[in-house]
Amino acid sequence: MEILNLKGTEDTPTILLDKKNGIFEISGRSLPEDSAEFYRPVLEWIGAYASDANPSTDFVFKLEYFNTASSKLILDVLSALEDIKGIKVLWYFHDDDEDMEEAGQEFSELVEIPFEFKTY
Amino acid sequence: MNYIYDLHRTMMAQKLILVYEGDFTQETTKSILSMAERNLDSSGEDSGTKRKVFNVMVEALQNIVKHSSEQGLQVGSLISKSAIFMISKDDSRYCVMTGNPIAKGNVAKLTANLNDLNSKDKDGLKEMYKEIIKNTQISDKGGAGLGFVDMARKSGEKLEFTFANLDADFDFFCLKVNISREKE
Repeated sequence: MEILNLKGTEDTPTILLDKKNGIFEISGRSLPEDSAEFYRPVLEWIGAYASDANPSTDFVFKLEYFNTASSKLILDVLSALEDIKGIKVLWYFHDDDEDMEEAGQEFSELVEIPFEFKTY
Repeated sequence: MNYIYDLHRTMMAQKLILVYEGDFTQETTKSILSMAERNLDSSGEDSGTKRKVFNVMVEALQNIVKHSSEQGLQVGSLISKSAIFMISKDDSRYCVMTGNPIAKGNVAKLTANLNDLNSKDKDGLKEMYKEIIKNTQISDKGGAGLGFVDMARKSGEKLEFTFANLDADFDFFCLKVNISREKE
């Protein structure tokens, strides 16, 4: 499966989805002008991956900031991950960033995926 | 030329640290954010406050960008895409303020939405956020309908707003979001 590798910018996150090496990560800042357009390839990649997933998938969110339009798309990403066997979300937040911690907790209440919370 | 000094005095008196007036796009949004961010960084602001201010700025700016497109279609109208964005800072708080034209037909709905938000406490806003994010679709303008809820949550205070009359078809929507600098 092809690697999806998007380099982060000042308004879009870094995305690395690599089945072979078991790396699944969205990190940085997410406030694109068109969040649906930006996340489309991510959702497509996950859709393809879901039909032939690794035995276990640790999906990392290490976001510094995201806007509300991105939050809707993050929920779409999580929903797309929901049916994958062995899926786990690792939700990273700055140790003094309560809002990012709370955001992760809210997402965890909206989908049936185990979340592990980690600070960085 | 007196207005130069007048404007300067107004800005000092209102403790405005940044004012932008004009056309709003994603590119101007990014520039304004990076200027404001440098200001917050250089003043050594508390990281929690900094993040909240940044958050409110993004939602406020992207609201204007999304809603300015419709007004820009009015060729020959006095109503242009022009809007205003400001930040003030005093000892106790930051205020993120915006002003932009809004069609009179949309005023009642926006007023009802904002009053509804202002009637809710922290948990009420959280529930509202979760309810909207579960059921919303991204609009043609790229919005999730969550901007004001998010601003209210990050502010922790009531959203202040008013409408000034522009002409027969448009009002000027003024919004003020306060972010306390004092730790809870």
